[in-house]
Amino acid sequence: MYKIVRKSEIAPKIKLFEVAAPDIAAKANPGQFVIVKTCENGERVPITLVNADTKKGTITFVFNEVGKTTRQLGLLNEGDSILNVCGPLGNPSEIEKFGTVLCVGGGVMIAPMLFQVSAMRKAGNKVITVIGARIKDLLFFENEMKALSDEFYMATDDGSKGYKGLDFLKEILTKQKVDRVVAMGPVVMLKAVSEMTKPLGIKTIVTLTPIMVDGMGMCGACRVTVAGKTKFGCVDGPEFDGHQVDFEELVQRQRMFLPEERLAALFHERIGGINVVKCES
Amino acid sequence: MSNAKAEQPKCPQDRWRAVEMPKQDPKVRAHNFDEVALGYTEEQALTEAARCISCPKPGCVQNCPVELEIPAFIKLVKEKKFEEAIRKVKEKNSLPAICGRVCPQEEQCQKTCVMGKKGQSVSIGRLERFLADREMQKGVTAPQLPSPTGKKVAIVGAGPAGLTAAADLAKLGHKVVVFEALHLAGGVLVYGIPEFRLPKRIVQAEVDYIKKLGAEVRTDALVGRLFTIDELFKQGFDAVFIGTGAGLPQFMGIPGENLGGIYSANEFLIRVNLMKSYLFPEWDTPIRVGKHVAVIGGGNVAMDSARCALRLGAEEVCIVYRRSREELPAREEEILNAEEEGIVCKFLAAPVRYIGDKSGWVKEMECIAMELGPPDESGRRRPVAMKGSEFIMPVDTVIVAIGRTPNPIIQRTTKGLETTKHGTIVVKEETGQTSLEGVYAGGDIVTGEATVISAMGAGKKAAKSIHEYLM
Repeated sequence: MYKIVRKSEIAPKIKLFEVAAPDIAAKANPGQFVIVKTCENGERVPITLVNADTKKGTITFVFNEVGKTTRQLGLLNEGDSILNVCGPLGNPSEIEKFGTVLCVGGGVMIAPMLFQVSAMRKAGNKVITVIGARIKDLLFFENEMKALSDEFYMATDDGSKGYKGLDFLKEILTKQKVDRVVAMGPVVMLKAVSEMTKPLGIKTIVTLTPIMVDGMGMCGACRVTVAGKTKFGCVDGPEFDGHQVDFEELVQRQRMFLPEERLAALFHERIGGINVVKCES
Repeated sequence: MSNAKAEQPKCPQDRWRAVEMPKQDPKVRAHNFDEVALGYTEEQALTEAARCISCPKPGCVQNCPVELEIPAFIKLVKEKKFEEAIRKVKEKNSLPAICGRVCPQEEQCQKTCVMGKKGQSVSIGRLERFLADREMQKGVTAPQLPSPTGKKVAIVGAGPAGLTAAADLAKLGHKVVVFEALHLAGGVLVYGIPEFRLPKRIVQAEVDYIKKLGAEVRTDALVGRLFTIDELFKQGFDAVFIGTGAGLPQFMGIPGENLGGIYSANEFLIRVNLMKSYLFPEWDTPIRVGKHVAVIGGGNVAMDSARCALRLGAEEVCIVYRRSREELPAREEEILNAEEEGIVCKFLAAPVRYIGDKSGWVKEMECIAMELGPPDESGRRRPVAMKGSEFIMPVDTVIVAIGRTPNPIIQRTTKGLETTKHGTIVVKEETGQTSLEGVYAGGDIVTGEATVISAMGAGKKAAKSIHEYLM
């Protein structure tokens, strides 16, 4: 059991947990994830890490309450425990002094980008950070990111805060020499960023979030096509060369269980109380 | 039928025939996940035990990877000394309820049974299962343990090899901690073998028994990532056993293999068995099975996948195998069970590509017919594709069950650990010792994908070596 030592809602339906897990904290690096399971009959859900505090022995992650499991997770409070947390899984991000690094975080994946921005900065890079969301209410970590970045920008799909859309990135990428781009967020965003940087020849690393079950190389649910070859998101990734990823296939595979996910969410809304009681017992 | 036999155990005609084990009706069981084989009654067990002639030089013992003293335990059954009989079994085998169900006895102990030369071999596995189930019903007591040795052993992987090594080492008085990467102990016994062949409460009971022996099981701990082997020694362990198994799925690398509806057998079975998606949405992990299911491969994993698909509501389940029926690597009993349930086989065929619909879901599979050429290095006749024989099969679900490869994480994170080009760990045959001092390995991680009992045999052998190394 893994105790939640801090919980906060950082945007509507987006929650942050700091969890006591000293062994995981000692090994976790930016780019890695944990698999979380909330109760006996629960599913295994991968969540990318936002921080690891070796002194306090805690890990931090952020999740968006979209499906059944994340909603159930959101019902837990400080002092409650999570049944299973397995990690750190996946390969750590490649962190070194590249020169100028553009970090783009979108949606709930703004959160793990903080871990990476901080590491890129420590490695001596000039860090340009961009965070984006659908609407202004869903932007978070503005102050934290600003404090760690040499340049900082915000963007929303509807233009309610910062730039409207991501087209302004072209300007950033052309007006100065950018040595590397790292992007975490929804597939459409990863694809858009990769398409922008490809003609400019800027190495672009994207974090993929395919469906996973075990998260340690056993099931192959997370297979993605990169440079024409099948790779496993969990053990070969989760970070890949954005110029080589088959994004269309990734989107299709992410949607494989949409009807079931809706059914599970509905089931949770109607009689979800039963499961919650099971968790506590 | 079998009761009549029980009343005439000495009938000479019956002596050559084994007592059949009752099974669920195929029509009924094709729609549920309850256990197929129901186990012997006491009467049936006594009748079957009476068939054993207690050979002075028993072939069965030699052919058992854990050298179970088979004639001795069967003699105790004959004498109705069931508690003593199960104790005799457990001297050598800590997981009898599991072995009684999933061991390929026809290839091992029962293969060399004297009775089998003229009639049917004694049903050793069924008797073993009878004893184990009977004990479980009555409540299992752990044996008296020797005083602690003060030595600590880390077991990596809570599958058949690891659990066996853990049990043996705990019985010898060592402090044992089993590290399991998944959220449940059992390895392939919980994520691979389906409920209807091996109920998970049985695995849980066997794991509980090992805990009663004093072993600690730590789940969610992926050794290699969370701790390295070196770090386990730094934490105070005196020896390490690696039993991480063969859990990586293989794909064929043909076009369209990443379409929706195409699962590795591992993904399919993990969802169904470990995550209990047959109980969705009470259990959260979903699975989708269409009407026309093709299972690629012919081993036990293929049979298990096919039978799960049928139970999840498929109209037609077809096993597509590139050789012929004679070469099927699955256990005969499981092939017969699958056939009885209505699973069909397409022999001498293999897929060459998958075709998807607009939403990226598989709708057709193009196959090519095969013929058998001269034998290959495995001794089986090599399948050769027949040019121009391509044909289309309509499918909406495909399960790829063409084998699993060793888990690579330990090998990648342990300096100096010698491995083969297949990714398995090199050990000394007689001891199970790896190239590193104090580090032992056994099971599928050493042999490549094999059986539960051979993994247990390796766990047993390594436990003995570890004990000698420590003391």
